[in-house]
Amino acid sequence: MAGRVGIVAVAQTKFEERKDALHSAELMYDVTRDVLGQTGLEFKEDRTGIDCTTVAYFDLFGGPAGSHMHLGYIVGAYEREDERVTSDGALAVYYAAMQILSGHCDVVLLLSHNKESQCQKNQIEWVGMDPVYQRRVGIDFVSAAALQAMRYTTKYGITPEQCAKVVVKSRKNAGNNPNAMCCDSLTVDDVLRSAMLCDPIRIQEAKPVPVDGACALILACEEKAKKITDKPVWITGLGTCYDHHELGWRELADCGALATAAQRAYKMAGIKEPLKEFDLAEVSEQYSYQELLWSEGLGFCGKGEGGKLIDSGKTQMGGELPINPSGGILSGLPVCVAGMQRVVECVLQLRGEAGARQVPGAKKAVAQGVDGPAGQLQCVITLEN
Amino acid sequence: MSHHLPEISDEPVIAEVIAHTNFLVSTGATGTRFLKEIRDNKKIMGLKCPGCSKVHVPPRLHCPTCFVKMTEWVELSGKGSLTSYTVVRYQEPYMPKEPPYAYGVIQMDGADTGLAHFLGEVDLDKIKIGMRLEPVFKEEREGSILDIDYFKPSS
Ligand SMILES: [Zn+2]
Repeated sequence: MAGRVGIVAVAQTKFEERKDALHSAELMYDVTRDVLGQTGLEFKEDRTGIDCTTVAYFDLFGGPAGSHMHLGYIVGAYEREDERVTSDGALAVYYAAMQILSGHCDVVLLLSHNKESQCQKNQIEWVGMDPVYQRRVGIDFVSAAALQAMRYTTKYGITPEQCAKVVVKSRKNAGNNPNAMCCDSLTVDDVLRSAMLCDPIRIQEAKPVPVDGACALILACEEKAKKITDKPVWITGLGTCYDHHELGWRELADCGALATAAQRAYKMAGIKEPLKEFDLAEVSEQYSYQELLWSEGLGFCGKGEGGKLIDSGKTQMGGELPINPSGGILSGLPVCVAGMQRVVECVLQLRGEAGARQVPGAKKAVAQGVDGPAGQLQCVITLEN
Repeated sequence: MSHHLPEISDEPVIAEVIAHTNFLVSTGATGTRFLKEIRDNKKIMGLKCPGCSKVHVPPRLHCPTCFVKMTEWVELSGKGSLTSYTVVRYQEPYMPKEPPYAYGVIQMDGADTGLAHFLGEVDLDKIKIGMRLEPVFKEEREGSILDIDYFKPSS
């Protein structure tokens, strides 16, 4: 990289099923004020404060409003520069890093928010399917994931127990995270006894819906990052990749797009052995099978070895590479916020501020965001303290 | 945080927002040919890429791998094999069928990509990846992918 991009502040709300008492603007104001307070920065026109705000949000979750068009004033966008990323929040981190690397901005405020309680998540995602073929037959992101899960588990002999273990681990880890929505001592049997949602995915194996919440970060160029904080976390690598939208066009049992995105980020960061070199990973598993499949794409194990990886215990707290110490998306995060919150969690870990979920001495972490049906769009961000 | 908003003691006021709109989406030259062959002749057609020779169903204007236009239409029997499936057990207003029902990804003989569609005339507990399937067309056809009613097991 030309210069480094540092993350100098992070904030998040508690994630809850319903935040009926709060308008989305109030949710955003809280996290925005939080990161401004941590850094002492304000919105400025003369390169002495926040140069631009970038927000990740899906238009349809809030009504067609140009991605929070009616909420810009809340994030300092009133009469100022404001960018929107209508995709998962990890993509907004990518975008903001590019804003800084290009020299266009020195300091960028990043936000993502969503109140799934205010809308019909499945219906909105269904509108994301191609209108002529897949949407006409009613395929949405849940059934798309199920088609991937069936193909993946059948091709590689991944067992229902191995998938259920992902949920058990996430819920257990969430017990260490005061911001997490669901933490309990669910067992593998509990997961496997829950009703089938969309074969082979059971209700307990799907992300809880609805979830409300928001998060924010401030990114800065190397020179300013060092002045703003004595604990900057550096973005060392970034990679994105799109797979084909059409489910039938893809080999759903493999996640080629994630492997490509990861290799791009790892090459930039000089990572050769991800399982050994990273101290933790925060991945976007909306369904249990995804943590196993994404582990393969991220190079933590070989193709078809995701089941063996969870059996090995390497990905639990205290293992070689804890995955989702925060409890991940299966413990309750809103879509769109999820990818950005993965980065927020990595930053807390690399600053040694992750409380009971802290991975001792964490130096390198990887965050992954997804969007689209069955992990079509993948974004990988590597971080270092 | 020191900037929390004042506590709301009463029940919050919730605004009901309705956003209902219809779209008319062109299926394009490629989609039109494909859908008319199904509607008028009960034929499923694919497009063959001059670069990689893959046959695409449903067909698209160009091959995403080679980024060249595809012009060679190939007629398929419609028979094929199941590469994945699921049984939908939750209900949403946009679903064209009452759950439980099954989706499959069907790779037709002579095609290199799969089509995601309904499975029918099959015991939902006996669906297997690799099973042979054939299309069942609707009597009344309108020029939509739903003119294929579903794919059923075949020998
Ligand atoms: Zn080609």
